[in-house]
Amino acid sequence: MADLLRTPLYDFHVEKGAKLVPFAGYEMPVQYPLGVMNEHKHCRAKAGLFDVSHMGQVLLTPKSGNIEDACLALETLVPMDICALKPGRQRYAFFTNDNGGILDDLMVANRGDHLFIVVNAACKDADIAHMQNKISDSCEINVVDDRALVALQGPDAETVLSALIPDVADYKFMDVAIVDYDGMELWISRSGYTGEDGYEISVPADNASAFVSKLSDNDLVEPIGLGARDSLRLEGGLCLYGNDIDETTTPVEAALTWAVQKARRAGGDREGGFPGAEEVLAQFENGAPRKRVGLLPEGRAPMRAGTKLFASETSSDEIGEITSGGFGPTVNGPVSMGYVSTEHSAEGTKVFAELRGKRLPAIVTKMPFVAANFKR
Amino acid sequence: MKYTEEHEWLKPEGDVVIVGITQHAADALGELVFVELPEVGTEVEKGEEIVVIESVKAASDITAPLDGEITEVNQDIVDTPTLVNEDPTAAAWFFKMKLKDASEMDGLMDEDAYKALID
Repeated sequence: MADLLRTPLYDFHVEKGAKLVPFAGYEMPVQYPLGVMNEHKHCRAKAGLFDVSHMGQVLLTPKSGNIEDACLALETLVPMDICALKPGRQRYAFFTNDNGGILDDLMVANRGDHLFIVVNAACKDADIAHMQNKISDSCEINVVDDRALVALQGPDAETVLSALIPDVADYKFMDVAIVDYDGMELWISRSGYTGEDGYEISVPADNASAFVSKLSDNDLVEPIGLGARDSLRLEGGLCLYGNDIDETTTPVEAALTWAVQKARRAGGDREGGFPGAEEVLAQFENGAPRKRVGLLPEGRAPMRAGTKLFASETSSDEIGEITSGGFGPTVNGPVSMGYVSTEHSAEGTKVFAELRGKRLPAIVTKMPFVAANFKR
Repeated sequence: MKYTEEHEWLKPEGDVVIVGITQHAADALGELVFVELPEVGTEVEKGEEIVVIESVKAASDITAPLDGEITEVNQDIVDTPTLVNEDPTAAAWFFKMKLKDASEMDGLMDEDAYKALID
């Protein structure tokens, strides 16, 4: 795996017995000896530790010195109300393209005099080029490549992290802070990608393994690989970029309208003004031809990405496709999400998935499949 | 006990053979979450995909090790797929089959040959 990059936590993974696989150009742990199923359950029961250092960390600093200029610049690329984001707060966002498709999803934090954003590993080079190309007149765009990023997720995440840093117990969901701890500067947010309470922590690369060892020394903590990360986020109803959303899916189709604040919608203070605004706002008005929905298979067979969906056992017209699916250890059964034509998207609708030549029923179901456990 | 290159084991029991997957295969698959077995009475040909198993990672098929007829299937592994991870060479057998030609067992690997294959 000579061409693959390694995160600052590579040695930690090896020491913990991880099975490493290529992922987005990095050698990443897919599972540890505990196994995917038990890692998943452990994270929902206690606390799971994830290495997400492959993701892109970027600082957007306004050249004017006025944070509002960075907010307005970023708003030309995303349909979110960034100006309303208060210092010390973070929100979910996505870059759109000229057709209203999604180029990547990201987190944006206001850190007082600049914005801190975290983007997906597989998209980070394109995202950085996109920002350089579009908003470098008004913003300094600095890629943070000397830091690791870890997530600590689960009901005991607060207990574990506050044992080291008491203040984090007071953070609410989507709060962000810069914290001095043991001679290192940590960037902490109360957020994650599992549907559980927890934190994401950016730590200087040189200190990463020492810091992570401190977390993992706590008996409540187990390291969690990409396998369980996927089943956790799937049960949480959270999109995986490249599977559930991509350049061909719009925010309305993807059922991400909640992420587009009023200020950017028709009649808002800063209506439109992002790539593909015309298409996206028209879909807000008139609806979209298809919609991302949760699907609960009636039987035990997992329905995975790529599985075709039909309206009945016999009809030849495809109504959609599953984009993520597998076994949900907490649900204790198969769970999927995918796109169906809008007339089949109402909760409770029975659709049929074609699996190994057979049509098997699945029910359109509200997501998340497992109730979110955020500290609001 | 005899073995196939598809990581199945076969154990004679009276005039049928019991078939399952090896510990090595079970470990490589990861925790099983779904098993679909053939119907009793099905005539199967060597190499035919007759069992579907899904683990937390992916779906795979198990093929008929030899020609014959399925005489019994193990409902316990359908009800509790992780039994395959816990006890693949005993309690978590997959199916029993009556071989068309019992002498074909002689052409399969013995334990030493199988161990050499997976090492």
